[in-house]
Order: sequence, then structure tokens, then C-alpha cells
Amino acid sequence: MCGIAGVIHKGRDGDVGAEMTSMLQAMKHRGPDSTGYALYGQPSDLLVMRFKLANPNETNDFDFDERLEASRREVEERLNKIGATIDRMDGESQYAYRATFRYDGDLKPLTDYVEGVPGAEVLSLGHSLEIIKDLGDAETVSEQYRLGGFRGTHTIGHVRMATESDVDIAGAHPYWAYPFSDVAVVHNGQLTNYHQWRRRLERNGHRFQSECDSEIIAVYIAERLSDGLSLETAMKQSLHDLDGVFTYLVVTEDSLGVAKDEMAAKPLVLYENDEMVALASEEMAIRAIINHEIDTYDPYESEVLVWTR
Amino acid sequence: MDTMTRAQNSRRTTTYDVRGLAEPDAVAPKTAKVTGDTAELDAADLTTRQINLELRRLIYGEGIDEVTLLNPGARHSLAVGLLIRCRIRIEGSLGYFGCGLIDGPEIHITGRVGWSVAENMMAGVVVIDKNAGSLTGAALRGGDLVIRGQVGARTGIDQKGGTIIVGGTAGSNTGFMMQRGRQIICGDVGHGLGDSMYDGAIYVGGEVASLGVDCVEAEMGPEDGELIDRKFGIYDMDRPDSFRKFVCGKKLWNYDNLEPHERKLVL
Repeated sequence: MCGIAGVIHKGRDGDVGAEMTSMLQAMKHRGPDSTGYALYGQPSDLLVMRFKLANPNETNDFDFDERLEASRREVEERLNKIGATIDRMDGESQYAYRATFRYDGDLKPLTDYVEGVPGAEVLSLGHSLEIIKDLGDAETVSEQYRLGGFRGTHTIGHVRMATESDVDIAGAHPYWAYPFSDVAVVHNGQLTNYHQWRRRLERNGHRFQSECDSEIIAVYIAERLSDGLSLETAMKQSLHDLDGVFTYLVVTEDSLGVAKDEMAAKPLVLYENDEMVALASEEMAIRAIINHEIDTYDPYESEVLVWTR
Repeated sequence: MDTMTRAQNSRRTTTYDVRGLAEPDAVAPKTAKVTGDTAELDAADLTTRQINLELRRLIYGEGIDEVTLLNPGARHSLAVGLLIRCRIRIEGSLGYFGCGLIDGPEIHITGRVGWSVAENMMAGVVVIDKNAGSLTGAALRGGDLVIRGQVGARTGIDQKGGTIIVGGTAGSNTGFMMQRGRQIICGDVGHGLGDSMYDGAIYVGGEVASLGVDCVEAEMGPEDGELIDRKFGIYDMDRPDSFRKFVCGKKLWNYDNLEPHERKLVL
């Protein structure tokens, strides 16, 4: 089932961390397995990298912490070696980290090099995108990663009910569009031509971190964007290229888009006013941040809509 | 975020028993304000089950004719399973499966509704002032379902009776697998209109993107115009100048399409 949500503020900042937490918590019944956020703060010259070095359900044996610390130092070393100037690196939970650094080169070799460290997965990389995902409901994850005070312009989030792959961070949304900076995707549905697309994209040099079908969308969009297509065109093409049922949200540095399959098989409720756009699988989630009656509607089948902050 | 919203949300926390049933021990909260044979129920601080229990208490237990429900908060499955004549006015929006499985009530919703509103309604009237989601009036058996705004996909899927009236546009596969009843749609409809329909009729005032399998256009008769005029009169709606009628082509009819009680009559 899964629940997805998105908010974009027009021309101003908002409490996107707290807003997304309320929205996702209101949809907890759609997916209690894991919760994920893609949040956009103020863009900076530095790159922000969120990564994890172990899984929450991994055995916590006696030298677990030492191993993690060794891996973390290895990541630091590799970043330095590839030419990044590290600003800071903080532990966000037992196994997840946030690093900021200066780096002008290509992101793909950097990501691949970092992910060569055992257990490492880069969750997000960009100038303002930060992806936070973990097991549990929205309030648990928000508390664990202190997202309550996160201010920014736009965000998407996801509560997951695992159907196609494991319950772990690798299977949790949002997916960063590796190796494209500042792009992320959440998806509600199932893709039936997953293996076809995965083989195709792997041949083009893309990496996959999970067995989750939704990861295809992120990588697919990233590839189209790097070919120079606009977000809207890339999403329109995806309606033909992807089979199955889907409603998905994509965020880039400055915009938020939604696409629905040709059967409109998965729900989405949309609310727009002069200041913001809010979308969610259920109106209840939008009402969790707007405390009065609102006019909403469902986008139709094969619709692609994009808003810019 | 508004702190009041968070407080409200936490007050409404739903509990589940080991089998996953929601609030097995819930009782009607008795918070409605009763005046004569009308009542007003503020749902802001109540859980879904408490709201439904309170509605049942008022309508079945107290014999109230008319209930106004305030602050529904777009929650799912409100005002369901009411098998008695009564009037309910819902000030606001509903989530999914609102007003399902009802037999008799007249319900007026001033907001919007989510998916599957009035699912399997046997008789009664449901009027929605704004938009509706997909699967509106799924498996409708009788009564009138009126949506003044637009509706999503698969409106009246598996409809077996009653009338669905839509003031705005409708999405794809409208009238999918429809078996009986009428649909009157003022605006445009999406692809696959009346796909795999068995019987019944769909009247469309706007453009049709494409017809579904075995759906054909039929000629409008005087009784069709009369039905539309009468329904639009009742609900005080502006009707488009002309309608086109779509029915089943009956090319795929190779099965026994009778209801069990009709089958007995034939035999």
C-alpha cells in the first residue's frame, strides 16, 4: 500500500521537517515498516552527503561500534583522497552520518568510491537535498534524526508497507537519483517491467542498492535529466516506459513533480493555494498540517504536474 | 506546524486489539448536542469508531431525524452501514469509503470525498458539493449519488442500480463493468467509457475521450430526456443542452446475466 506526501512552498521557507512528520504520521496506517524524508534546506556551495554504514537490523555484536568507526574513517580518507575538502562529518544515529564538503568533480566516481567501503550506502548527495530514512513511524524517525527544526522550501516523504523487497533502509524510500545531485523520488505502487529496466540501466553504468522496484524510477529520471531533458519531459516519457501501477513524486533542487499511471490506480490528493502545494495519498495527511476545511482534487490518469518553488 | 493540530492528532490515537481490530472496546461518547429531533456532533476530538458509534446511537437509539456532523477532518469510513431513513449533513470533507453500505439515509456533504464514496449503497441519497475521488459509487445498488464537482477514475465500477450524477468531468474507465443503473455526466469523460459494461446507460454531456470494449452509442429517447430533466430538477443543477447516451453493445453477452431471483422466474 505505502503512503506518499509532498509539500512545496512558493517563494519562501517553511517548517518542512515538522510538516512532513505530521503528514506521514497521519498516514502511518498505510505503511508502518519504514519512514523516509527528502528535505531541501538552503542551497549552499558545500555538498551535503547523507550515508549509512550498517543496517538497523544487523547484529549488534561486540566490535560493531569499532567496525563502524573504522568504516567512517575510511569514508573520510576516501573523500580526502578523491579531492574533497571535508567541512564536517557528524553521526546522526548509530549507523547513519551526515557529511558536508567542498568538491568540484564528478559525483559518480566519488559515490562509487565511498560505497566501496564495507556496508556503506550513500543515501543522498547534493547542495540542498538531504534524505533521511529508517525503520519505524514518522515520529520515531523524526525524533531519532532531530528533523523537527528542519526549515526548507520543499520536501517529499514516504511511509512504507514492504511488498516487493526487504524491510531495511536499502528498501526504504525516498531514493536518491544516483549519481545526479539533488534529485529524489518516492513511489506508491508496483512496477512490472522492473528487471528489464534494471538490466538496461545497469548496462549504462548505474548502480542499484536494493531489490526495490521503486529505485528504478529514481535512476530512470536521473538518466533522462543527465541527457538534458526537462523534469516534465522525463516524467512524461516515464508514463510510456514504466509498466505497472504507480503514483510517484520527484523533487529536484527547485521543483516538485507528480506523475500518475494511465489507470490512475494509486490515489493522490492535491491541494494548492497561493503559498504552497501539498499532495498526499490521503487527504487526512494534508489536513494534518492545515487546520481548516480545504478544496482538494485527485489528478487524473497519465497526468504529470510540476511546480517550482 | 500548528501545535493544536498535533494535540488533536495525539488525542485521537486509535488502539487495536491483537487481531488488529480498531478500538474493540469503544463506546458512543454521547457528546452530541441534541435539540428536539435534531442533533449536532463535533467530531474534532473523536476517533472514527467513536463518530460512527455516536451516529448510530443518535439515529437508532434516540430516534433523531437529522444529524449535523462537524469537523470530519477527511477521515475514512464515516457514516457507514446506516440502514434506516434519516438525514445527515456533513460539514467538511471525507476520506475513503465514506457513506458506504447504507440503506435509506439522505446525506449531504459540503466538502470533498475520497475514493469509494457510497460504495454498495442500497437506497437513499448522497449529495457531494465538491469533488470526489476514484471508484465513486462502486457497486451501487440503488438510490441517487450526486457529485457537483469532478470525479476520478472508474466511477460506478460494477454499478448494479441507482443513479450517479456528476456535475463536472469524469476520469478513465467510467462505468467499468457496470451492470444496471444510470450515470449522468455533464462534463468530459476520460478513456475507456463503459468498458466491459453489461447493461445500464451512461449519459454524457461533454466530450468522450474513447469508448471501452463493447460500449456503443445509442439514440436518446424521450424517456431519457425526461429522466435527466427530473433528476436535475430535484438537485437544482444546470444541465448541458444535449446529452449522448452510451449502452452495452452486447457483443460479449454469452453468459447467464440474470439475478438469482430472476433465474427462478425463467425456469
